[in-house]
Amino acid sequence: MKFAVVVFPGSNCDHDAYYALKHNLGYNVEFLWHKDTSIPKDIDCVVLPGGFSYGDYLRAGAIARFSPIMNEVINFANRGGLVIGICNGFQILTESGLLPGALLKNTSLRFICRDVYIKVNSNNNPFTSLLEKGRVLRIPIAHFEGNYFADEDTLKELEDNDQIVFQYCDEKGNISEMANPNGSLKNIAGIVNKQRNVLGMMPHPERYCDSILGGTDGIWIFNSIANFLNK
Amino acid sequence: MAKYFAKVIVMLKKGILDVQGKTVENSLKTLGFDKIADIRIGKHITFEVEANSLDEAKEIANAAVDKLLYNPNIETYTIEVENSTGKL
Repeated sequence: MKFAVVVFPGSNCDHDAYYALKHNLGYNVEFLWHKDTSIPKDIDCVVLPGGFSYGDYLRAGAIARFSPIMNEVINFANRGGLVIGICNGFQILTESGLLPGALLKNTSLRFICRDVYIKVNSNNNPFTSLLEKGRVLRIPIAHFEGNYFADEDTLKELEDNDQIVFQYCDEKGNISEMANPNGSLKNIAGIVNKQRNVLGMMPHPERYCDSILGGTDGIWIFNSIANFLNK
Repeated sequence: MAKYFAKVIVMLKKGILDVQGKTVENSLKTLGFDKIADIRIGKHITFEVEANSLDEAKEIANAAVDKLLYNPNIETYTIEVENSTGKL
């Protein structure tokens, strides 16, 4: 089982993801470059990391979406390969059409960098396979454009197909406007595609895989992926 | 081949809260402009197109907008393509 972390110009959580996977969790992992035109055959899960790919110019993720590697990521996902997009990675996934909807500016118009609580709304996917529904995780967010938006039909489809994986909540798991940091519809913090092999999430699990960094709840997500792949 | 000039305006769809516009609107209201409402802020993008005809230039410009310059999930656009560079 092997992970790959894609490096775009402007990625800044690529090394965090690599470190968490390799050194905190002991998994095999390698970097892929945005100009690469293939994904090695031994890769099981591709990580699109956080950051500001291409300076967030035009729209966050819009230009990264046309990097040569993204054609391969789209093919990889269409073949059933696992893809997890974190923060800017989530934005790239919506821009590329692998996930529905879009991420708008936070309603506060502020860059928000702090811990949030998210509730596991669905575990019927590889990324939360080790977690029970209703479980609350504490994971940091760091973004300016994390306000999830989808039109009514898309939102209904997400709900009907159980695609909403994480929702912002309070410490006790209550989903409320107060616990919504950025204005996201339905407090959405993470979703999967219909085929359930592509996850996008705004919170940064790779930042909470080491107790000296303040938390370890991020481990659950990567271990869930590994658990799924090793089955 | 002649040069044409394209002017694109990209706006958030109606119904999507434009938080930037809202903040500017609130500021203007604070400054006494109480007759101003519904401010929305978009993007103004201009570029040159080399083409054999105005129709071809329009086709190229529209394709570019559809491919990259706007996100149909959240935005709408208007486009004008004209003959003389820089003069619309």
